[in-house]
Amino acid sequence: MTSATSPVAHTANEGRRIGSLVWHVGALLVLAVVLYPVIWVLGASFKPSKDIIASLDLLPTKPVWANFSGLADGISGISIGSFFSNSLMYAGLAVVGVVLSSSLTAYAFAKIRFAGRNLLFTLMIGTLLLPYHVLLIPQYVLFRNLGYIDTLVPLVAGKFLATEAFFVFLMVQFMRGLPRELDEAAKLDGCGHLRTYWSIVLPLSRPAIITSAIFTFINAWNDFMGPLIYLNTPSKYTVSLGLMMFRDQEGISNYGSMIAMSLVALVPVVAFFMAFQRYLIDGMATSGLKG
Amino acid sequence: MTLVKEAPARPAQKRSAAPAAGRRGRRRENLAGYLFMSPWIAGFLLLTAGPMIASLYYAFTSYNLFTPPKWVGLDNFTTMFQDPRWQKSVEVTLKYVVVATPLKLLLALGVALLLAQNRRGQALYRAAFYMPSLIGASVSVGFVWRALFSDDAVVDRTQKVFGLDVGGWIGNPDYVLYSLVALSIWQFGAPMVIFLAGLKQVPQELYEAAEMDGAGPLRRFWNITLPMISPVLFFNVLLESIHAFQVFGSAYVVSDTRCGPADATLVYTCYLYQKGFKESQMGFASAMAWTLVIAVALVTAVLFWSQKKWVHYEEAAK
Repeated sequence: MTSATSPVAHTANEGRRIGSLVWHVGALLVLAVVLYPVIWVLGASFKPSKDIIASLDLLPTKPVWANFSGLADGISGISIGSFFSNSLMYAGLAVVGVVLSSSLTAYAFAKIRFAGRNLLFTLMIGTLLLPYHVLLIPQYVLFRNLGYIDTLVPLVAGKFLATEAFFVFLMVQFMRGLPRELDEAAKLDGCGHLRTYWSIVLPLSRPAIITSAIFTFINAWNDFMGPLIYLNTPSKYTVSLGLMMFRDQEGISNYGSMIAMSLVALVPVVAFFMAFQRYLIDGMATSGLKG
Repeated sequence: MTLVKEAPARPAQKRSAAPAAGRRGRRRENLAGYLFMSPWIAGFLLLTAGPMIASLYYAFTSYNLFTPPKWVGLDNFTTMFQDPRWQKSVEVTLKYVVVATPLKLLLALGVALLLAQNRRGQALYRAAFYMPSLIGASVSVGFVWRALFSDDAVVDRTQKVFGLDVGGWIGNPDYVLYSLVALSIWQFGAPMVIFLAGLKQVPQELYEAAEMDGAGPLRRFWNITLPMISPVLFFNVLLESIHAFQVFGSAYVVSDTRCGPADATLVYTCYLYQKGFKESQMGFASAMAWTLVIAVALVTAVLFWSQKKWVHYEEAAK
């Protein structure tokens, strides 16, 4: 768009090069603003506590390790590892639950013709737009009456019961796109639905399943309201709640450790993102567009 | 949508098999269908439909978790509408939705337009711009925001250089909400990716033709790009405003656990959380939840109604 339309070949070339340079400078400038908080937290984690708020430097003048080594003490007698293993357990179970239940449901919607399918599909899509808060209180009452408060059950039950309509929808869209001939051939060969699901449709749906798995992991890892409502015992806290404990009990006196822990808490999310960003972004784009 | 698709398939199935076997086959298909989706059916009944009915009932009761719910009719709603803190929470939420959503979409569209040009390192830029959307929901980022926007911190000091001394945003009831708005805008990655996918589908011939007719870049954007991506724009407006209505974590973490100095960041869900889980007023909180559902449904309905006026689908153009 910015390239010059000069008749002379080499000036056009030069124009294009300048256009490209302008583009990169512009993109990098926006990127610098966007990534500033990320770089800031990286730098701040190596600053002495008193400098974190006060210092204007993005990076520490004299890097210190104290913030990270301070994490080893844990908080109120609970080790940082405990928060991490709780979060890992929650996120791991969530991934297994979502992948299993959503793919089974999606297979039924995409590949089986049964009575009432359209009505159920409409209901499923309807739950996408329903504000979660209307279910919050009755679900709390339900799990409380069942005696599941202060356990992971309320946090993961929905994942095993395919209540995350977004992922069901994503997988249905994907499975509908798979060539019909494949499952028809399987049927002729005498495969039942279970076999077709497990050996043909599931392996072919890998991109949709990986997208759902990563999003589920990251959502569960970042989840704050769920653990806030359902978990009471500090030793069962996830990383999000552990961070809140840091803030409430240490206050700004130990700002350094708080920032260091914030950074450490982001590591799994960023690592997952770096490893799978291509899947994630494409999954995001296609699911959005087909809606 | 699916109704149309399925219609021709049924007679085809009937033709291929003898009537008796067809009926047995169909029954087997029904059974298989229900078996496969039994997790969803259980989840829908237990965790969605059941709770919806329960919360509708609670909305008309006084319920503190410890004694059985007591029917009070419309009392929760009348108290709610007269409650100054509820009114405040509506005001705060509307302000948040109205300011954050357009700004976020504007930035998302701007960056998407930038990235839609084919340049080297595009995938890398795309990933970097998307990153805040993933980590933004974390409590960690809430802390970072607090540190950046608090009194005498980076943002405050930078402002002082320009002579705009407001004394930090976090402690200032007039500004604290805008630090949350900034956090929301910062997470522009998801709508950006959707815009980007939309931009890639605009036929290049349209631009070439317009350029030949002498249309400048602004004109091309207004007359080609915008109408062509209007379905995607509609989708983003719908999704982002519904999300904005439900903001909670940032208000709780960034400002403080009571949702702001002088209730300045008392967003709707934060008040709902306080009423339900701090004060055990489950009936009142349920009434609040249903009011939110109705508000979101109204916004959705208005948006769907308005799309006739500004969203161009390709079928309509033909």
